[in-house]
Amino acid sequence: MPECSGVKEVIKLNQVTAKPAAERRFMSGNEAVARGAWEAGCQVITAYPGTPATEILEYAGQYEDMYSEWSVNEKVSLEVAIGASLAGSRSLCAMKHVGLNVASDALMTQTLVGVKGGLVVAVADDVGLSSSQNEQDSRNWGRFANVPVLEPSDAQEAYQMVQHAFELSEQFDTPVILRLTTRICHVKAVVSPGERRENEVAGFEKDMAKYVMVPGNAKKRIPVMFERLEELRRHSEASELNYLHPGSDQRVGFITSGPTFLHVLESYPNAPALKLGLSHPLPMEKIRALSQQVERLVVVEEVDPLLETEIKAAGIEVSGKDILPRMGELAPHVLRPAIERLLGNAVPIETKVAPPVEPKVEAKTEKVPGDDLFPRPPTMCVACPHLGIYYCLSHIKNTYIAGDIGCYTLGAGHPWNALDTCICMGASMGVALGLDKGRSKDDDKKNIIAVIGDSTFLHMGMQGLLDITYNKGNVTVLLLDNRAVGMTGGQDGPSTGRSLQGEETLRVDFRKLVEALGVKPERIREVNPYELPTLFTALREETKANEPSVIITNQPCVLVDFYAPKPPLTVEEPDCNGCGNCLDLGCPAIYVTRRETEVKPNGKEKKLSFVQIDSAACTGCDLCPKTCAPDAIVPMQTAQQ
Amino acid sequence: MSDNNITNIMVAGIGGQGVMTAAEILSQTALAQGYDVKKTEVAGMSQRGGVVTSHVRFGNRILSPAIPPGETDILVGFEPAEALRWCEQLRPSGVAMVNTMRQEPPVVSLGLFDYPEDPVGDILKAGINVHAFDAGAISRELGNPKLVNTVMLGAISKYLPFSAEILKNEILDRFRTHKPKLVEINERAFEAGQAAEVANR
Repeated sequence: MPECSGVKEVIKLNQVTAKPAAERRFMSGNEAVARGAWEAGCQVITAYPGTPATEILEYAGQYEDMYSEWSVNEKVSLEVAIGASLAGSRSLCAMKHVGLNVASDALMTQTLVGVKGGLVVAVADDVGLSSSQNEQDSRNWGRFANVPVLEPSDAQEAYQMVQHAFELSEQFDTPVILRLTTRICHVKAVVSPGERRENEVAGFEKDMAKYVMVPGNAKKRIPVMFERLEELRRHSEASELNYLHPGSDQRVGFITSGPTFLHVLESYPNAPALKLGLSHPLPMEKIRALSQQVERLVVVEEVDPLLETEIKAAGIEVSGKDILPRMGELAPHVLRPAIERLLGNAVPIETKVAPPVEPKVEAKTEKVPGDDLFPRPPTMCVACPHLGIYYCLSHIKNTYIAGDIGCYTLGAGHPWNALDTCICMGASMGVALGLDKGRSKDDDKKNIIAVIGDSTFLHMGMQGLLDITYNKGNVTVLLLDNRAVGMTGGQDGPSTGRSLQGEETLRVDFRKLVEALGVKPERIREVNPYELPTLFTALREETKANEPSVIITNQPCVLVDFYAPKPPLTVEEPDCNGCGNCLDLGCPAIYVTRRETEVKPNGKEKKLSFVQIDSAACTGCDLCPKTCAPDAIVPMQTAQQ
Repeated sequence: MSDNNITNIMVAGIGGQGVMTAAEILSQTALAQGYDVKKTEVAGMSQRGGVVTSHVRFGNRILSPAIPPGETDILVGFEPAEALRWCEQLRPSGVAMVNTMRQEPPVVSLGLFDYPEDPVGDILKAGINVHAFDAGAISRELGNPKLVNTVMLGAISKYLPFSAEILKNEILDRFRTHKPKLVEINERAFEAGQAAEVANR
């Protein structure tokens, strides 16, 4: 059995705090992954932005001696990394959990091919759904693709394990999954970094039997893959990444993976805990040994009961998802009550854990301060170019709106409520076509609209639009080109004309692109999203046309560095009639100063909201004056004169 | 402070207010003092006007990065309703430092929800040791609304296990390297925060 050579140190907690201050750096897990990859001599690193993994590549981009790129989507990203690996370079591809769904096509066959230079897939699960459309457990891919899974528990381990992953990849001729979670990516901790080790790139060597996966070749690679898995299983039993944290409390022993190791140690410092850094394939003998030492064994894993199922199948009695939730983090406040109940102890009244954005729903026995507080959900930015779009969409009737993944998904919130579906990257196109083709008789007159951003369109929307044109769909596509991957913080891509390193490069011409995808030139409109009347007209005319049409907006995200703010606006308060139309824009800079109820001659009541604009926040986009009948919104300078 | 000498600080506010910066400064200061430090970012889509909290934990050895509920020593509230939202996370001996400058979200402007009449009063009613003052007004008086961060850090400085001078120097050092012109005004903001803490107890 081969032994890992690269990382000699046993990865143990807290070894970093004993080091002198000069060797201690404060890093997020994402920065630590980039640093570790760089030190391991990684030559090619790729990604498509996605929370919580985005910053891995942003940090990687700062190392000049490592090629790094924003790819158009995760599948291409992984394919670039695969090519680099076959060329003999160490390569890493970073993504969020749903990104691996996209890239899985490549992974599922690459596992048969293996690697030349080490190939690491760093995938970050959004455990707790801080910024995703679902919560899923990427460790499943390790089992599905028969590749090893490494699970760090904090930034220092992420830094060390990414280096270990390259070693493992090359030793066992396999891609390796480095599974991260939000609590690793977005937690800063003390890391003790080292120096870069240069690797000589071996170069590509033709090997059709290994690299060309036609059935005849692939059939021969499948047994090789399973043999590799068995070798990895033996390695896992011996690996220093899988070690027992000893404890004198024998009432319960823990099996932990990823950040749960720290949650367990925090909650039960005296309990024995098996730390699984290499969690697939499982070191079953180590687990069996612990099970014989303790009264009960509990598997603490986020999200799915993967280890639990395998351990049970091996005939070892364990608790897991029968006592712990199948979603969200297993932080100490979740873990402790569950374990105490298991031990037959009384559980004190559960401490309140305030969810960050939703109003509290669970029944409370006692009143807790802040319980009935308003929610503060994320919203669009002041002067966001999407505000005008959603103002229009919320004012036009008779539509079904298929949405997509990006800032414009916020259009589902108040005050717009103008989004009917949101599934995955690029889904607005196909879903819109399906809404068109599958419509009921009652929906005969409905207009089907798809809303998608520039980056999402290039990621996975283009093919969907081609499907619409090829199949003669009756869909109006709103392509919101704000020249940024907005939701993740304004990263670059082919729609921005800048590379990860900020160099000038191709900027896609959307008009030409959608024309090439089959949209008639007369059905392509480019509009300024701050010009409401033009927007309304374009929407009306294009939805009326019974063929595919595309409306492209052309104003940048307010968070990009080249956004040019204008002098702020203000409300001449005597002129405000309280109609509240401007509030329908949803601009966070507009606030209500007083409310009144007017009784009309017919006895009906009308609620009035008198407003003002936060001049410190306003960037003078000039959208709200277009919603104001009495012309009460004016430039601040005019008002002062 | 308590529990194996771990200090738990929760900074709470709204995206764009400087919550992450304040947490970063506290973390770096603790790091320079030789502590083990972890800082979480419970952010989500934080840049979009949503709730932002950051947990800063430092001590001899930090395991789980999230502050367990009810074990916060210092709550730094950049906005009064946000301070109210998280005040239950304080331990009985904890202290809440609250900027009283309100920021109403669109859901309040739209009339869908009410903003609490007296969030600081509600925190007081819960028996919490709270110091509340308008850090926004103090910053504007000093001539730069962006000083809120430094004012708030000045206000909590006496509750830390290291001296206020150490924290002040950490803040000023950041400006000395990048924006030396802002050193003096930040020093005044820090001291104004210290004075506000004393005056509002």
